[in-house]
Parts: sequence; structure tokens; C-alpha cells
Amino acid sequence: MSALGNIIRKELKELLTPATILPILILTIIFGSLGGTISGIEEEASAAPIIGVINENNTIFSDIAVDVFNNNAEVVFNSTDISDRQQGLKQVRENNGVALIIIPKNFTEKIENDMPGVIEIYWIMKGAGLMDTISSSSVEHILGIVSINISSELIEDNSTSNATIVLAPTTRTETTNFKGIDFKGISPGTITRMLSSQSTTIPIIMMMIIIMAGGMVISSMALEKENKTLETLLTLPVKRTSIVTGKITASAIVGLVLALIYMVGIGYYMQSFNMQGDAGSTSFSISLSSFDLLLVGLSLFVALVAALSLCMLLGTLAKNYKSAQTLTFPVTMMAMFPMLITMFTDFDTLPLGLKTLVFAIPFSHPMIAPRALLFNDYMLVIAGIIYTTIFAIIMISIVVWVFRTDRLLTGSIGTKKLFKFKK
Amino acid sequence: MPTVQVKNFCKNYGKTEAVKGISFNIEKGEIFGLIGPNGAGKTTTLRVMSTLLQITSGSVKIMDYDLEKQPKKIRHLISYLPEDAGAYKNLTGREYLTFIAKFFERKDIKKMIQKGIEITDLGERINDKVDTYSKGMKRRLLVGRALMTDPDLAILDEPTSGLDVINAQEIRKIIKDTAKNGTTVLLSSHNMLEVEYLCDRIALIANGKIIEEGEPSQLMEKYKSNNIEEVFTKVVA
Repeated sequence: MSALGNIIRKELKELLTPATILPILILTIIFGSLGGTISGIEEEASAAPIIGVINENNTIFSDIAVDVFNNNAEVVFNSTDISDRQQGLKQVRENNGVALIIIPKNFTEKIENDMPGVIEIYWIMKGAGLMDTISSSSVEHILGIVSINISSELIEDNSTSNATIVLAPTTRTETTNFKGIDFKGISPGTITRMLSSQSTTIPIIMMMIIIMAGGMVISSMALEKENKTLETLLTLPVKRTSIVTGKITASAIVGLVLALIYMVGIGYYMQSFNMQGDAGSTSFSISLSSFDLLLVGLSLFVALVAALSLCMLLGTLAKNYKSAQTLTFPVTMMAMFPMLITMFTDFDTLPLGLKTLVFAIPFSHPMIAPRALLFNDYMLVIAGIIYTTIFAIIMISIVVWVFRTDRLLTGSIGTKKLFKFKK
Repeated sequence: MPTVQVKNFCKNYGKTEAVKGISFNIEKGEIFGLIGPNGAGKTTTLRVMSTLLQITSGSVKIMDYDLEKQPKKIRHLISYLPEDAGAYKNLTGREYLTFIAKFFERKDIKKMIQKGIEITDLGERINDKVDTYSKGMKRRLLVGRALMTDPDLAILDEPTSGLDVINAQEIRKIIKDTAKNGTTVLLSSHNMLEVEYLCDRIALIANGKIIEEGEPSQLMEKYKSNNIEEVFTKVVA
């Protein structure tokens, strides 16, 4: 073996360790699952949107519109009577549809009188993620075709000389139902745009806090071991539970300070969430109340305690500062995963498996909480807080157990006398 | 009553037997040295004695307190100085001694800290951050920390490891003086001259077993050697 070959072999042995391979494997799995979600959405995008139609007009231009709907969408409800509206909505909802489109009585008459014909749309919005608005975009595209076809008819018949009407023969009024609330004059796209900065900024801030605070705890444990200050501490007349509690409490205080800073920011940020209806004069406030902010703060605090306890547990595995850097990786991944998910899609619209996974990650809950509270989903937020608290308690108990064993210093657990030094 | 009573003490790490049934006693005010090659079981023994690790079998008593059953009591009586130990870098020397002293529920904390400062002999540098200390200064601070509490048993793992001759001599003197004042000392060292100078009795340990024990002079006579280094070579080889 040449000297070069010898060096390459040694370098490969040092570089190809579980610490370097594992992150890539986990990233592959994460992006693989995200890819699965995205391909599912692509399928949804290529499929015809599911809608319901009430055509009260039954004249030339409304018939053009209905033809376009029938050719480009899956129409699951058809009626000519406006009193069927509730039934239509029910049917569209049951068929996982996206909108009920109503063509009013005066639709053709208005166009013939050089006024845009109004199409009423009742949107059923399932989620506010970037990928949740694909179906509504498809319907908007179909409405564009309706306009083009009516324009063509107007040009062929030469029935009007009003260029504005020829170019834009239709207009629409819309109401969006999202998480049980009706937003009059607002389209799903508008809601998504208004919430999109929230769905990216908050998870990123949350992820950064967890990575920063978690990294500090793991490094602190690793440094205690590396400098052998932990050995000294463990031989002093102090209960091991006090050492663990002290470390976690101090970390939690740091976490609380971070959470307070976060909450001040989010408080100001959320004040901007006062949506003005496009068409009407009514304003729809979807800002968080003081109680909601308290819940978000609580969710964040317990998530931080859970994160810090998990980090302390990981820190007990660290042999030195260098290995601590590797151990921050699982925490980073656990914070990144819900961040990516909440950025691209809505928790409510996730498949059950993915939903369970996101719920199981304690850091997801403060990321999910603000949007859930905006739409009064208190059950999800409170369940998240309870789950995260239980997770934190379990983590703390495990850390205390590890502190009572040889594991902390030797890297192995004696099975016979695990609980000898309980005092 | 001996300060330390060890009977058939064994310590396993999984399937590895680190210490295989050793027994020894240490009397009050005695300096007892554990010497042996690397991996002989010295540090494991010291870590067990200082309540850091659990024993696998046998019994260890310190001041008649059972190590397994009463570790908290024992922690009030002992002081452990690990090999290559460090102190919190962001604290000053004085703050570090104060931090440690506060764990001992005594009225004379100030006196204890003052004693620690005197042992360290760091002068004004005691008010500087530990991060700025040299290796020798750090070791002196840690020796001061270990001995300021007037422990019944001081467990010192390689107390002069990595120190220059002057610093090592000063620390040896401090250890001698501490023993004269009634503290029992259990130490491990690779430095045979140090062991010969400091220890009243020594135990030679190899492969987890004590293979020889006695006063340095007795052992030198028994093995017809001029110093402990020769004894060590003959016994361990």
C-alpha cells in the first residue's frame, strides 16, 4: 500500500463515522417525507377541483360559465335555486370540495347593460399553508376561462362597444370559510398571503431559540465533564436531584427570558393581523387576545423546558465539547422538521401519520399554536401544552435517573444497582 | 476505628473487571498511596471511594459510614481531587472557593474560604478569573478547594500531575501539613519519589488486585531495593 493510499484510508476512517453519516441519513428521510407530501399536492394540483354550482340565471352567458365549470372541474352539486345554498355547501364539503359558485339571476342582464356580471363564490378553505391554496388557484384559473369565453362571445356577437366589459365581463364577490369563520370579501389567497409571513417567521424564530438554548445546555454539560468540574460537584454534599433541578431551573429561566422576548415580538407582530374585507366595509379582526398570547407563551415555555431537559439528557451522553456539537444535531432536526412542515402546509390538512409525527415532536406546538389560536382551536393548543409538559416531566425523570447511575461518568449503566445512590 | 475500611471490594464495568476484590484499611492522619501501572484500577478505586461510582460487590466504610447506604453522609466527610480537574472558568478563584464552601452547612464559611485562599497562595490573583490562571495556579486552587473544608478523608488523584518541580513540591508540603493536622489522605500517583516522600503506607495495585502493601521502608527492605521505583518494577514485572 502506497503512502497516499494509507493516508486516504486513515482519513476515510476518521471522516466516515456515525456522527457524519447519521445527519445525512436523517435529512434524507425528512426530505423524503416532505417530497411525498409535495408529490401528493402535485397530484391534487393536476386533478380537477371539486365544486358546486347554483345557476339562477339560465341564460346565454351563465350557460357559458356552467359549460366551463363542467368541462374543467368536478361539479358535485348542481342547482338553479338559491334556497339550495346550504345543501350545496354541505355537499361540496362532504366531497372535500373547494367552492360553491353561484351565478345570480341578473348575471347576463348586467353584462348586456355594460356592467360586469357578478359571480358569487363561497370558498371552503381547509388550511393556510403555502400548498393548501392549490385547489382554490385552480378554481380561479377556471373563472378566468369563464371571463375569456364570455369575452369571445361578446366579440363574436358584437353586442357591446364597451371595451371594459369586453375585456372583463365578470367580477366576483367572495366569502371564505376558514376554520369555521366566514371572511366576507376575502379570498383564500389573501388569507394565505397574510398568514404566510407568520407561518415562516415564527417557526424560524422558535427553531433558533431551541437550537441556541439547547446547544448551550448540551455544551455546558459537556464542558462540565471535559473540565471534570462535574466530578467535583458530584462529590460535594449536595443531592443529585438538586444538581439536576438546579441546572434545569437555570436553563428554564433562560428559556423564560427568551420566551418573554419572543412574546413581546409576537405581540407587536400579531397586532398587524387586522384584515380588511376587499369588498365590504366590515373589518375582521383575527388578532390574538391576551389570553391567547398567554397560551402561546405557556406553550413556548413548556416546549423550551422539554427541549432543555432533552438536551440535558443528550448532554449526559457527551464525553467532551466536540461530541456535544454532534449531539445538538437531533435537537436541530426535531426543531427543523415541524418548521418545514408548518411553513409549507397546515397542521389540520396533514395526513394522519405526519400529523401524529408533528404532534409527537414537542417543539411543534408553539409553532402551531398562534395559527390555531387565531381560529379558536383551543383544544389543539391545550392538548399540545399537556403533551409537552408530560414529555418534559419524563425527560427530567430520565435525567435524574442517569445522574444517579455510573452512566454519567463511565458511559455504561450498571443494571444491578441502578438506584443505590438515591439520597 | 480506621478512617477507611475496604473489604473485598470489586468494581466491574459491564463484563470488564476493573477492581477484583481488594481490601485495605487507612488509619486517621495516615497518608496512604495507591500506586500501579495505567489501567490497574487506581482511579476507579478513588472514584468509588468518593461516591462517584457504585461498587459491584464487597464493602467500603468511611468513618464507619457505609458507602452504599450513606453516601450523603460520606460526602460531608470527604474531599476529592480528580486528576486533571478544572474549575469554572468564568468565576474568579475567590468566587470558586465561595461556591464550593456554600455546600458545607457550616457557620465558619468565611474562615473556610480564607483557609482555601491561604492554601492556594495565589495572592491578589485569587480575584482574577480562573480562565487566566496557569496550570500550576489552577492546581493550587483545586488543592485549596479540596483541603479548605478540613475533610476527614482527602482523596487525591495524581495531585501533582503535570506540575513543575516548584509547584509540585509546594503541593506535597501542603498535603503533609494537612495530614499532620489530622486529615487522612488517600492518593494515587505515578511519581515514585513523591510516593516515597509523602506516604506512610502504600499499596501496589496491578490488574485490579493489590499485590503488595506496607510502609515504603519495609517494602524497600523486603525487595532489597534502594527506592520505591525499584520495588514497583520488581513487584509489577
